[in-house]
Amino acid sequence: MSELFLRAVFADNLALSFFLGICTFLAVSKRVETAIGLGLAVIVVQTITVPVNNLIFNGLLLDGAWAWAGLPDVDLTFLKLVAFIGVIAAMVQILEMTLDRYVPALYRTLGIFLPLITVNCAILGGSLFMVERRYDFPEALSYGFGSGVGWALAIITFAAIRERLRYSDIPAGLQGLGSAFLVTGLMSLGFSAFAGVGP
Amino acid sequence: MSLRHHITRPLIEQNPITLQILGICSALAVTTSLTTALTMSVALTLVLCGSAAVISLIRHHIPGSIRLIVQITIIASMVIVIDEFLQAYAFQISQRLSIFVGLIVTNCLVLGRAEAFAMRNPVLPSVLDGLGNGLGYSLILLIVGAIRELLGAGTLMGRTILTTQAEGGWFQPLDLMQLAPSAFFIIALLIWVIRTVWTRQVETTEYPLRTGAERRQP
Repeated sequence: MSELFLRAVFADNLALSFFLGICTFLAVSKRVETAIGLGLAVIVVQTITVPVNNLIFNGLLLDGAWAWAGLPDVDLTFLKLVAFIGVIAAMVQILEMTLDRYVPALYRTLGIFLPLITVNCAILGGSLFMVERRYDFPEALSYGFGSGVGWALAIITFAAIRERLRYSDIPAGLQGLGSAFLVTGLMSLGFSAFAGVGP
Repeated sequence: MSLRHHITRPLIEQNPITLQILGICSALAVTTSLTTALTMSVALTLVLCGSAAVISLIRHHIPGSIRLIVQITIIASMVIVIDEFLQAYAFQISQRLSIFVGLIVTNCLVLGRAEAFAMRNPVLPSVLDGLGNGLGYSLILLIVGAIRELLGAGTLMGRTILTTQAEGGWFQPLDLMQLAPSAFFIIALLIWVIRTVWTRQVETTEYPLRTGAERRQP
């Protein structure tokens, strides 16, 4: 379990080794505070949606999942994309309403980032990896949390580097997006070294 | 703007990857070889044109408050068709593309063009805009895919171009090209080249540094 968690945070980092959520990663990383807000939101949503999607996939969509209802031949796996996107959108909406009602302070911090997360491919990617690697429920829980933490770690570190980068003399053509790509590449090299860490 | 411009502008001037920062995730992940890059480009261009056509057709009937859900459902349906098609007729490529065909659903390029263009324009310009953006995306993907496969394995589309040392030739493959970071570096260099030629794309600095003569004068 802890092994899976560590792999998801470092070696299999969603942003840096699978390039998931890179659009948001590059667009919302100019300041550390916003990066922390978005990172937290991703951790929360990822920890909820991956296990929930795991239950839905194994309970409703998998080949033979409807055998108890007398429909042993029904295979709904092709619906997983629509189902997962629906779950993610619904979860984000519910989370938004709950936070608004009970933790207004946190809602104001995360508020604008929550809707963005629905179309963040790191969230859908986490659920699709969960299916491809056939995780069971506890594994999905650990993987969801780990991959969320990994993504948050990557964007917060990246935002910190970018804040410093603003004061450096960069060739005109590399200004902004170009240098962001280079830094992400270097971070990705660094994170790939974590592949050897752990049991 | 003439119809031709919808196709030619997104190629370099308004390139989705190097300027608009849209659809980068898949662009980086599927470019380890030219074959996967080509498959992904075709799949994305088809989804982009198809969804643009459908969304533009029904744009007057979509209520504003649920338009995102409607758009995502339309896109997801098209992606499912393409995913099933690949699994049926090109199983190996579909295995190598792993989850990235499915991720076209949340590809910000498709949703971005649907929201920014197809929701407000008639069918023909929308399809052409989809095609143009698809081609601009494909252009970058194919360049990156070709560089990574050629330098990383000495092959193009699986055919040997540079004979590697393991097979008795002279070429020593660069292992870095097969790893994730190389994609970032190649795209960064591509951006540098493009912005050196098309200087209008250069981003302005937030804090310009004073250099040389400026610094010496008080």
